[in-house]
Amino acid sequence: MSATAQTQAIRQPVLEMRHISKTFGAIRALQDVSLSVHAGELHALMGENGAGKSTLMKVLSGAYRPDAGGEILIDGVPAATGDPIKARAAGIAVIYQELSLAPNLTVAQNIFLGNEPRRLGFVDRDQCNRRANEMIARLGVSFPARALVAGLSLGERQMVEIARALSTNARIIVMDEPTTSLTSRETDRLFEVIATLKAQGIAIIYISHRMEEVYQLADRVSVLRDSGYVGTLERADLNASRLVSMMVGRDLSAFYKKDHRPPDEKRVVALSVRGMSDGRLLKNCSFDLHKGEVLALAGLVGSGRTELARLIFGADRRSAGTLELDGKPISIGSPREALDAGIAYLTEDRKELGLFLDMSISDNISMGVLASDARAGGFRDFTAADRRAAKAIADLSIRTRSAQANAGSLSGGNQQKVLLARLLETEPKVVILDEPTRGVDVGAKSEIYRLIDNLANRGIAILMISSELPEVIGIADRVLVMRDGAIAGEVTASEGTPLSQEKIMELATGAAQQ
Amino acid sequence: MTEKTTGSSAGDQATGTSRRLRTAFAALGMLPVLILLAAGFQFMNPRFLTETNLLIVTQQSSINIVLAAGMTFVILTGGIDLSVGSILAASAMVAVMVSLVPDWGLLGVPAAILAGLGFGLINGLLIAYIRLPPFIVTLGSLTAVRGIARLLGQDTTVFNSDLPFDFIGNGSLLGIPWLVIIALAVVVLSWLVLKRTVLGTWIYAVGGNAEAARLTGIKVPLVLLFVYGVSGLLAGLGGAMSAARLYAANGLQLGQSYELDAIAAVILGGTSFVGGVGSIWGTLIGGLIIAVLSNGLILAGVSDIWQYIIKGLVIIVAVALDRYRLQAGART
Repeated sequence: MSATAQTQAIRQPVLEMRHISKTFGAIRALQDVSLSVHAGELHALMGENGAGKSTLMKVLSGAYRPDAGGEILIDGVPAATGDPIKARAAGIAVIYQELSLAPNLTVAQNIFLGNEPRRLGFVDRDQCNRRANEMIARLGVSFPARALVAGLSLGERQMVEIARALSTNARIIVMDEPTTSLTSRETDRLFEVIATLKAQGIAIIYISHRMEEVYQLADRVSVLRDSGYVGTLERADLNASRLVSMMVGRDLSAFYKKDHRPPDEKRVVALSVRGMSDGRLLKNCSFDLHKGEVLALAGLVGSGRTELARLIFGADRRSAGTLELDGKPISIGSPREALDAGIAYLTEDRKELGLFLDMSISDNISMGVLASDARAGGFRDFTAADRRAAKAIADLSIRTRSAQANAGSLSGGNQQKVLLARLLETEPKVVILDEPTRGVDVGAKSEIYRLIDNLANRGIAILMISSELPEVIGIADRVLVMRDGAIAGEVTASEGTPLSQEKIMELATGAAQQ
Repeated sequence: MTEKTTGSSAGDQATGTSRRLRTAFAALGMLPVLILLAAGFQFMNPRFLTETNLLIVTQQSSINIVLAAGMTFVILTGGIDLSVGSILAASAMVAVMVSLVPDWGLLGVPAAILAGLGFGLINGLLIAYIRLPPFIVTLGSLTAVRGIARLLGQDTTVFNSDLPFDFIGNGSLLGIPWLVIIALAVVVLSWLVLKRTVLGTWIYAVGGNAEAARLTGIKVPLVLLFVYGVSGLLAGLGGAMSAARLYAANGLQLGQSYELDAIAAVILGGTSFVGGVGSIWGTLIGGLIIAVLSNGLILAGVSDIWQYIIKGLVIIVAVALDRYRLQAGART
């Protein structure tokens, strides 16, 4: 690795972005950012949400034209800016978080969409499929070019996206949070493909919030903060606390916060779950959740964690199982009944299942308590809503111009805080958090951890689903691990030994049985 | 990045003011189009902006505005109600038939409204609890209720030249026709429900994100039942208004394609077809634009055939302009 780094230093970078600034009206989205990438290098780009990473990549892909003074050089030659078609012709391809494939077309059709090989004016389907198969083979993955994209997993779809980038002879591929929705096996597969691409001399700009991935993959890491360039670290200098402090501009010595820890002898069961099944994936799940405890629900994607949470919350129909809250049996058939009983649920998919993006922050926060706040005759009490919103904005430090702004105008972290505020307004006894920090920047993450810690200290029982093991270990008191729709085991911290990451993974993957 | 750059209080005030201006502009929506159309027609024919003619325009638009108010509730939830024209016909039949009962004739109005409510609730039950798509349910009832309307009068026109509630269709209060007063009252009541009640906020929430609404504890089926009930009820009211104006009802011809004018009024008014965004004032303006177009084209001597073509094109162009304007506003 150090040998290649040395040769790279003398070689000309394949891409250079120099002094890129971008303003929208009065808002400065990028300020004098420079970035260079060599052939065969994986250059990670990190920074909090809103730091300017996406804007920089949009300038690169030609979606935005940089302000005067900024230039993009490819192989040392100035390239056209602000023109997506020329950018693509110059070998730049961007793979976005939201995959942009047509599900009802085949793999081959998607790869060559808009760029179909033709014969006599008609699409040459044989050539299309043959070249697609070559492309797929080049990535070392196995699915036929004639398969419908709708039948592929998310990881396989990503491979199709990469194949599409290769079909346009891309030499610089931008990957924006590529592993967010992948299983760990798919992630490994992706990393292998990334290695293949690098060996073929393709430069990769890799945007990620996940520190582990960056450690594993990056040759260099550049950090953006508040629309500006902070610095670049060589692989040899990578260091977690240094990266984090570069991203947030301060030290996060107590990043994870864990003050609670109920004394074992005094633990009171808040929610008792027995024999939960849904007739499909979930099989006979039972556990107890204590007051003032943060219980993490770990497991691989698809192991049934979200399904179990939704079953407890009454969002889906269960085929068997009972619930007891504070020692009394309760029957929950709908989210309304769960909320009335004191159980609240934070969804993992805030845009699709959580927020009302076109409604105000104030309405979003009060949505669950409108009926109890209402005046006689069912009229809204706007004073109460504004009071709740003002308090939540202050307590959770939601950054917004006004409580009347649309929820859609907020950044990911602030949207998540709005959802947390809505959940807290219902004054729950039991809180189920499904991936509470997904797609949230570092600063907001630590604020959410502090909030979870506060809730636990107030005696609220918290069940937290999380796919990030450092987070699970950092804030949970106890960990339940799910595998294939059942609870595979429990991991607890004993005197002197903290929660073990290895043990959780063993249970999650089934390795513990062998 | 925006949250940090707008940290100063002066900046906050500036963005707050421009935001208010923009919201006001969005709420006005199609008003400039309405004013432009009125000015244009006045230029072509000075009889357009006279008191008599304006009363005719508002009177002609009143039934469509009542239907469009109900349609606004439905479209705000992301649904559609294609059956309002047929429900109007059936309710008008009920109104005239009940009006013929000696001494109890006045009951024709509540009977029509109840009939409309009944049909609307059936739509709502099928959509909310059997979970059939609104387009298909109301397409079915468009046809089925039309059949019921014809069945009610054995496929003939029913008359009552001595209609006890004819003042609704032809009388006025302090110079303002009752039809106009009713339409305005419906709009104001709709505004109260949509913007000032909990139920109204739930309607916007269901249209904005139905699954999120359910997970927030909102009883989505009840909200849907309500909006289709309201749409049916207002179509029933429209039926009574129509019967009162004509002293007669015909199950076959009355209310044909009224649903399309109502939908056009809602869409012209800026309500999003996918739900969650829109206002009843927009619908009022949309309904007036349609009425002004019809009336103005007649006064300008445009033939019936060309009226159709021009009306259709104006609707498409107006909405296209609106979309363009909104996109320009959203781009930051």
